[in-house]
Amino acid sequence: MIAQNVAFGILAAAMVVAALGVVRTNNVVHAALYLVVVLAGGAAQFILLGQEFVAWVQVLVYIGAVIVLFLFGIMLTRAPMHPDESLDNDLKWPAAVTALFLAGVLGSLLIDAFHRTKIDIRQPIRTAAVTNAVFRTYIIPFEVVGVLLLAALVGAVVLARKD
Amino acid sequence: MSHLLALDPLFQSGHVGFSVFLVVAVKVLVAFALLLVSVMLYIWGMRKWIADMQNRIGPNTAGPWGILQTLADGIKLFFKEQSIPDSADRVVFRLAPYLSIMPAFLLFCIIPIGGQVSIFGHQTFLQVADLPIGALWILAMSGLGVYGVMLAGWASGSKYPLLGSVRATGQLLSYEAAFSLGILGVLVRAGTLSTHDIVSQQRWVNWHSFVSQWYWLPAFVPFVIFLIAATAETNHPPFDLVEAEQELVGGFNTEYTGIRFAIFFLAEFMNVITMSAVATTLFLGGPSGPGLGFLSAGNALNTWLMPVFWFGLKVIALLFVTVWVRASMPRMRYDRLMALGWKYLIEIAILWVLVAAAIEVANVQNWNVWATVLIAFGSAALAYGVLYLAIPKPDEVVEEFR
Repeated sequence: MIAQNVAFGILAAAMVVAALGVVRTNNVVHAALYLVVVLAGGAAQFILLGQEFVAWVQVLVYIGAVIVLFLFGIMLTRAPMHPDESLDNDLKWPAAVTALFLAGVLGSLLIDAFHRTKIDIRQPIRTAAVTNAVFRTYIIPFEVVGVLLLAALVGAVVLARKD
Repeated sequence: MSHLLALDPLFQSGHVGFSVFLVVAVKVLVAFALLLVSVMLYIWGMRKWIADMQNRIGPNTAGPWGILQTLADGIKLFFKEQSIPDSADRVVFRLAPYLSIMPAFLLFCIIPIGGQVSIFGHQTFLQVADLPIGALWILAMSGLGVYGVMLAGWASGSKYPLLGSVRATGQLLSYEAAFSLGILGVLVRAGTLSTHDIVSQQRWVNWHSFVSQWYWLPAFVPFVIFLIAATAETNHPPFDLVEAEQELVGGFNTEYTGIRFAIFFLAEFMNVITMSAVATTLFLGGPSGPGLGFLSAGNALNTWLMPVFWFGLKVIALLFVTVWVRASMPRMRYDRLMALGWKYLIEIAILWVLVAAAIEVANVQNWNVWATVLIAFGSAALAYGVLYLAIPKPDEVVEEFR
């Protein structure tokens, strides 16, 4: 277990540094690349927990599709090469306070929900078990999320069309 | 952690000693060297084949039959000056070639090139890793391959590479969907994500296995869609708009010189080989094929040599097809490329997955398979007809959308 804890510490430190990079940098493309590091760190944490399916879906969906679409959008519109000063403003301290507050709320929520639960990482959950959970036990929430995403898509089209 | 790495018998004991580590290290090194050497031979073979088809001689000076031509080119590029444009983003510019080649190699790691063999007294599969989520790994790595192309064009800090990389990203994203649905067409039948399991389901029993066990015939539509989408994913002709030299100077790699250009070049051809290997694994039974009948099944020739031979033969056959297409097809127009991907391949692939799923359910529930197949294909054809009628034809497009 010690090896896992050390790996967790290293990954968490790298994620925090990269997450600070996302908000600190003045270059939009660099921010997206820092975000890739944060998400890859998240995927690695899932692997430490033995959840390889979730980990690789994280890589496939977030790194392989979402961030790629971010970058594609940036390149289609402006493709800025140089740091953009307007990406920075004077709200650093309010932002820091908000971030700490959010960390406190989410942290206490997670501790309250799971503080006695232990995940047995020697018995990883296989893909079949994940799909059974999604398509049998939680089929209605799954479908509702699908409809929600469709609504978001249609909404985006409506907002983007100017006629 | 051993259960994560694999279903490989090498890790079943749960104890990872020095010799197990050594076996894994040897497998990684051999796979890496094999991929590099096969890229070298493929580029030479491609030039020779195209030369034959065009009634030319092709490379014939370096080594016997010009076989060392690629090596000579590589050495030349290695010693050339590497320039970085003044307006480039220096860190990303240096990083991009490696982002391009890493996924190409990592994708090859899960390809089974042989069956179960014994190395230094350890039983193991002849593949670098047998991930339980192997097929997902194929999708994840081909998704990561976009970064190298996209960032190279952006980081160059000039117009033509940026145009090339925007084109490339649009193409890769569009065909990613058809590519994934093509793989899904096999997974519905196979019922597993592990590449080793997919290959062992297509094992060789007798000559009938060629049509009944291998997935190319039961999943013929996904096979064709996969081949088209994989050609587009690897930016190979007729889908090589990314480096249309008449329009874009050279595409995303215009500003690259020396070894960095060589790495892009290597990654492009490595991707072709890896995709052929993936197609072999999913549709053509990977290393399965008839053994040498006059030797016992446990003979070293039958466990080691014959599977690797069949795997290599199938990959070379697929590579020959890509060269054939390259030599005979003109480059597609960009709007036709997008129309093919979005209007035809994705729809056909989705409908095929639904039909295949219906057949699987019919098998499980003991329904009449023929009636199910008929109804499923009928509904699919109906749905496709409605979709086809819903797409506006070029002469019907209303003026405001032009």
